[in-house]
Amino acid sequence: MGTPIIQVKNLQKFYNAGKLSEVRAIDDVSFDVFQGETFGIAGESGSGKTTTGKLIMKLEDITGGSIEFLGKNIHEIKSRKETLQFRKNIQMIFQDPFASLNPRLTIKEIIGGPLELHHMVSSKKERDKRVGELLEEVGLSANFAERYPTEFSGGQCQRIDIARAIALKPKIIIADEAISALDVSIQAQIVNLMRKLKREVGLTYIFIAHDLSMVKYISDRIAVMNRGKVLELGDSETLYRHPLHPYTKSLLSAVPIANPITEKNRKRIIYNPDQHQYKDNDECGLFEIGDKHYVYCSKQEIEGYKRQLNNELTKS
Amino acid sequence: MELIGKKFNFVSKNKLKELEQLSQVQGTDQNNDSYIKTVLKRFFKDKVATVSLIIFLLIVLAAVLAPIIAPYSPSKSVGYFEAAPSGKFLLGTDDVGRDVLSRLIYGSQASLTVGILSVLIYAAIGTTLGLLSGFLGGFWDSVIMRITDVFMSFPYFIVILVVVSLIGPGLWTVTFAIGFLNWPVLCRLVRGEVMKLRKVDYVQAAVASGYNTFQITFKHIFPNTLGIILVNMTFGIATSIITEASLSFLGAGVQPPTPSWGNLMSDAQSINVLANEYWQWLPPGIMILLAVLSINFVGDGLRRAVEGK
Repeated sequence: MGTPIIQVKNLQKFYNAGKLSEVRAIDDVSFDVFQGETFGIAGESGSGKTTTGKLIMKLEDITGGSIEFLGKNIHEIKSRKETLQFRKNIQMIFQDPFASLNPRLTIKEIIGGPLELHHMVSSKKERDKRVGELLEEVGLSANFAERYPTEFSGGQCQRIDIARAIALKPKIIIADEAISALDVSIQAQIVNLMRKLKREVGLTYIFIAHDLSMVKYISDRIAVMNRGKVLELGDSETLYRHPLHPYTKSLLSAVPIANPITEKNRKRIIYNPDQHQYKDNDECGLFEIGDKHYVYCSKQEIEGYKRQLNNELTKS
Repeated sequence: MELIGKKFNFVSKNKLKELEQLSQVQGTDQNNDSYIKTVLKRFFKDKVATVSLIIFLLIVLAAVLAPIIAPYSPSKSVGYFEAAPSGKFLLGTDDVGRDVLSRLIYGSQASLTVGILSVLIYAAIGTTLGLLSGFLGGFWDSVIMRITDVFMSFPYFIVILVVVSLIGPGLWTVTFAIGFLNWPVLCRLVRGEVMKLRKVDYVQAAVASGYNTFQITFKHIFPNTLGIILVNMTFGIATSIITEASLSFLGAGVQPPTPSWGNLMSDAQSINVLANEYWQWLPPGIMILLAVLSINFVGDGLRRAVEGK
C-alpha cells in the first residue's frame, strides 16, 4: 500500500456537546486512506458516514481528534492561500444531484467558476473550452454549458456534479451517497464513469454508501460504521467473505442475491447492539484480528474473533 | 354498420386529437427554459394575476402620462364649484372648482411614488442587513437582530406621525418614513432564507470549491433569495399605498394642493361631501381598492410562480 493521503485519528463530532441533547455523531473513529485506492464507508442512515465525509471536507468543525491531509492537519489550515490549495485537492460528489447544483447559475458558471477561482484558466474563452471538454469527459454534450440545472435529469445532473468535482484535478474525491438517488441503470453508468476516471487520472476515492453490494463492487477497502463508530475495517474481499462483527454480518445478510434459489433461503440476521454488553472498564477499540482486518471489540473478545476467523479460513 | 363505423371513427379521431394536444402540452411542459422564463410562464398561466398586472400597469401608465391624459389642470379652478359628474367634467368638480378626474389622475403620481420608492428604500436596507446578518452570523447577527426587534416593537403608525410632525408633512417625508421603518420584516425573511440556504448542498459545494463567504453569500445565495424579496416587495407597495392614504387622510401625508388618493378622500371628512357629493370621495376610494387589490393579486401570482405551485 502506498502513502496515506488522509489520516483520520480518534475523530469525534458531537452535536450539542455537554447538553442533555448531546448527539455523538462520530465517536473515536480512526482510519487511513491510501493514495490511489477506493475506500468505502458503509453503514445505515445515521451511522455517521456522511458526517465523516463532511468533516474530511472541512465543511464542519470537529469536536476532537484530527484529520490529516497529506500530513497536514486540516484544522490548522487558516490562510486563504492554504485553504484554496486544500479545496483544490479534495472535492466532493453530493448525494442529491438536483440539490447540489445552484438553480440560478448556468452549467458553464457551475463548472467554470471554480476553474477561474483557482486560476486554472486565463480567459473566458479558455474556460468555456475547458468546460466543454469536461462535459464531454463525463459523457455529456459540450453545448449543455449554456443551460440551467433544472433542465437536466438526475443522471445528467450527477454527471455535471462529477465534472465539477474533477475540474480542479483533485487528488481525492469524496462521493457521498453519490448514486443512491439514481435509477439502478444509471447507478451502474455513474459507477463505471467513476472507475474510468480513477484509471485515467489515478484518483483516490472515499465512497460513502449504505448499499454494501455497491460499496463492495467499487471499493478496495471498506469500513463499516454504526452509531458513530467504525465496527469493522478490512479489504473488501475479506470483509465480504469473512465478516466478523455481528453488524457486518447483519448488513451482508440484507443484500439480496440475484439467484432465486439461494435468495429464497437467505436469512436476515438481526443485529442488536445490546448483545455486546460492554462494561465501563472494558477497553474497547479497533483490534487487528486477521491480516489488516480490524474489528471493534473489547480486549476479552479478541481471542473469540480470532478463533472464529481461523475456523472460517480452514473451512474454505 | 356504416353508421356505427362512422361514429366510431368520429370518436377515435377526436380522441386522437385530444391525445395529440396532450402530448403537445406535455411537450411544452418539458423544462427547456431559464429560471426567469419558467417563472414568467407560470405567472401568465394565472389569469387573475395577469389581469391584475395589466390593471396595475394601466394605473402606472396613467400616472406617467398624467399631463397628457388629464383633461384639466389639477390645481386650477375650472369655474364650476361642486358640480356633479357631467359630460364636461366626468367626475365632477370639488368645492374650489377643480376637476376631480384630473386630480385623481395626478393623485396616482403621489400614491405610486410613495408606494414604490418607500418599498425600494426598505428593500435595500432589509436585504442588505438580512444578508449581512445571515452571512456574518454570531455576534453581528445578534446585533442586527436586536435592532430589528427594537424596530419591530415600535408602534409603527405613531412613530411615522411623530416623524412627520417633527420634520413637517410632505410626499418625501412620508416616503422616507415608511422606507426607514418598514425594513425589519424583510430583513428577517432574508436572514432566515440565507440561514436555510447555507445548509443546502449547492452552497456546501461552493464552500468545497473554495469560494470565500462573501462570494458565497452574494453570488450563490443572494440570487436564490430574489424570489421571496420580489414577492415581499410587491405586497409592500400595496401596504405603503394604504399607509400613505391613511396619513394623507389625517392631513399628515401629501399636502394639498398636490393631490394624492389619500388627501382627495379627506374631503369626505365634511358631512356635506360625504352625504351629497359621492363623486369627490368614491373615485379615489375605488382607485386605492383597485391598486391594492391588483398588486396583491400580482404578488400572490408571483409567489405561486416562484414557489412553483
